[in-house]
Amino acid sequence: MSMVDGPTPLHTAKADQAAEDREAVGTPPGSSAAARRKGWFGGLGEKWQELPRQKQWAVLIIVVVLAYLLPVINPPLISTEPGNDFPLACQTMAVWALVAVGLNVVIGYAGLLDLGYIAFFAVGSYVAAMLTSPDSTFLKIPYLWTIPVAMAVTMFFGVLLGVPTLRLRGDYLAIVTLGFGEIVRILATIIPAMKGQVGFQNLGHPPGLDAHGVPIFANSNGTPWYWLTLTILIIVLLLAGNLERSRVGRNWIAIREDEDAAETMGVPTFKYKVWAFAIGAGIGGMSGALMSGQVGFVNNQKFDVVTSVLFVAAVVLGGAGNKVGAILGGALVAYIPLRFTAIADYKYLIFGLALCLIMIFRSHGLLAARQQLLAYGRHAYNEVKARTDAKSAKAKAAPGKEASL
Amino acid sequence: MIPTLLTVLPALSTDDNSWITFDIPSLIQNFWSATFDGLTFGSIYALVALGYTLVYGVLNLINFAHSEVFIMGCYGVWFTLSFLGFGPSAPNLSLGSIVVNLLLALIVAVCASALTAFVLERLAYKPLRKRNAPRLVFLITAIGASFTIQYTIFLVRGPVPEQALTMFKPTPIFDVFGTIVDSQQLLIVIAAVIMMVVTERFISKSRTGRGIRAVAQDPDTATLMGVNKEKIIITTFVIGGILAGAAALFYVMKIPSGVQYNGGFILGIKAFAAAVLGGIGNVRGALLGGLLLGLIGNYGQILLGNSQWTDVVAFVVLVLVLLLRPEGILGTSLGRSRA
Repeated sequence: MSMVDGPTPLHTAKADQAAEDREAVGTPPGSSAAARRKGWFGGLGEKWQELPRQKQWAVLIIVVVLAYLLPVINPPLISTEPGNDFPLACQTMAVWALVAVGLNVVIGYAGLLDLGYIAFFAVGSYVAAMLTSPDSTFLKIPYLWTIPVAMAVTMFFGVLLGVPTLRLRGDYLAIVTLGFGEIVRILATIIPAMKGQVGFQNLGHPPGLDAHGVPIFANSNGTPWYWLTLTILIIVLLLAGNLERSRVGRNWIAIREDEDAAETMGVPTFKYKVWAFAIGAGIGGMSGALMSGQVGFVNNQKFDVVTSVLFVAAVVLGGAGNKVGAILGGALVAYIPLRFTAIADYKYLIFGLALCLIMIFRSHGLLAARQQLLAYGRHAYNEVKARTDAKSAKAKAAPGKEASL
Repeated sequence: MIPTLLTVLPALSTDDNSWITFDIPSLIQNFWSATFDGLTFGSIYALVALGYTLVYGVLNLINFAHSEVFIMGCYGVWFTLSFLGFGPSAPNLSLGSIVVNLLLALIVAVCASALTAFVLERLAYKPLRKRNAPRLVFLITAIGASFTIQYTIFLVRGPVPEQALTMFKPTPIFDVFGTIVDSQQLLIVIAAVIMMVVTERFISKSRTGRGIRAVAQDPDTATLMGVNKEKIIITTFVIGGILAGAAALFYVMKIPSGVQYNGGFILGIKAFAAAVLGGIGNVRGALLGGLLLGLIGNYGQILLGNSQWTDVVAFVVLVLVLLLRPEGILGTSLGRSRA
């Protein structure tokens, strides 16, 4: 189950890089925003790696500040108005980005194709709804507490689903997770406590009133929700990045590249697959809670398998295994139908076609993940490269000093 | 955290206990009608499942878009029969003309499905094979292709199911244990079983069938032995398409209002589950798995008292089978089945 073929990672990495550089010059698929980002990453990716740590941080801080200011600036060309409220669109994009980052842990890192990710999103939404909405008979807790609770509950569901199914190989897992996605939706219809199509209204929101006595986190006020989601997204990204570079991340990538080989080398594959599944599920649940909190209403209609496939499309579009790609992919999949409302009806067709074309012509996604470099040690790659290029690679050492698994 | 859970859990169970009930008297009472209906649905699943099994056997690929191959067949049936003047009520035609009309619909459906399967293989999978893409890439492409076909139909035909078409009025044929078996059930089961037996014979006896088994067993060696791999792959897809087209006719016969852009999706998943249940890559396994899944789904539905449960039961069975016997009930692969 590898997204990238090849017996020797370092060789393919070089070939990938060359291919990517070539393709960065050509016309890319996707919107102009995607093109710019892709070109930037494709052409300047190497330079980014060569920047000193401090400069990388400086650039990142600027990017983060710009991201926070996005709904306030409301840039004219990018804005989704007048069709859709831009801060709300930002919130949707941030939630989708969070979903894509979570699913990226499952698909991109561990190589497990989860087609039922919507189930975890649904579980998170329902946790938030049932613990805050006046329509439910359960005890009520403050909304912000539902985010960790949703995460815990969905992680539990992730383990519950993962333990029996992760012993299966690849394609079977895809079908079983797909079935699970359907089951959660059907159960939401059948079980009276989950209220089927009637659903739950008036979900809770974080506390705080503005000067006029209106809640800051009102359903129609996207900006604070976006900031909340973005903050969580950044925290998740930092944690996911650390995981990726840790022993856990290396084990995941070993499993993805060759499960048998990983098992032979002493990786407890089952355990790490369940971990990937649970962590992915937790992030999915969290994003579900955030989404339903902002929308303020949850019923069984939103959690269909079709959306689940769009989640996969988001990850694959951005480039499985690359968290920046996942953010880009998630945001794009949410953004395109909101920005170009004329084509919103065609979104499933467009993303279905995009999945095919990306897989056929550019199976690494828009941002080709330098997966192997991360996995097998950027350090090692740099050493090889330094030798061949007779260049210094002193500033590029990855945090992990281990070059091998 | 712990107190929270403690208060939530009893609430979950006591709030309304009626969502799951086991209605055993109803199951006993309706046992035989559930059995016959289950077998009817099972034969349809089995025909579709064969398409999954054959492609999986040869390419090791879950042809996710096979459900769309099937739904194209349904649209073939629907367009032909509406053109021929069929409507929501059963037509007042002689037996002979009904047979002719249905045969015509069958031919169109088979052509539509086989053509879809052919185009799918050429456009979506062949480029990937040329690039020697990993399996995950194949699977994602298949999902993308499935989406593309589904939403192309959606854009052309809209979200509403097509007008119902009744092909003929089922007449009772005979009585088993006080339950009537009607002509429709009998026709579907017998026709499906005949088609499957013919397919099985074809795979195990004919020259092309031997080629299919050879490629399933070892593509490289088969190529060295003079088997035209590309031709075999195309043939496999087309055979799957033909069977799906036939299944489409029976499906529309059984569920007259089932022609809808996403109508094939759940059926496709269930058919795949049937293939896995019997042992994927195994032709006889597809038949066994299809019939079993049809029966289990129907029993579950009556036992639990809501048609929505059919899918849940089917998936739970799939998970259980994969856990206990991942290779399926019959287990052997296409390549290893003996002539």
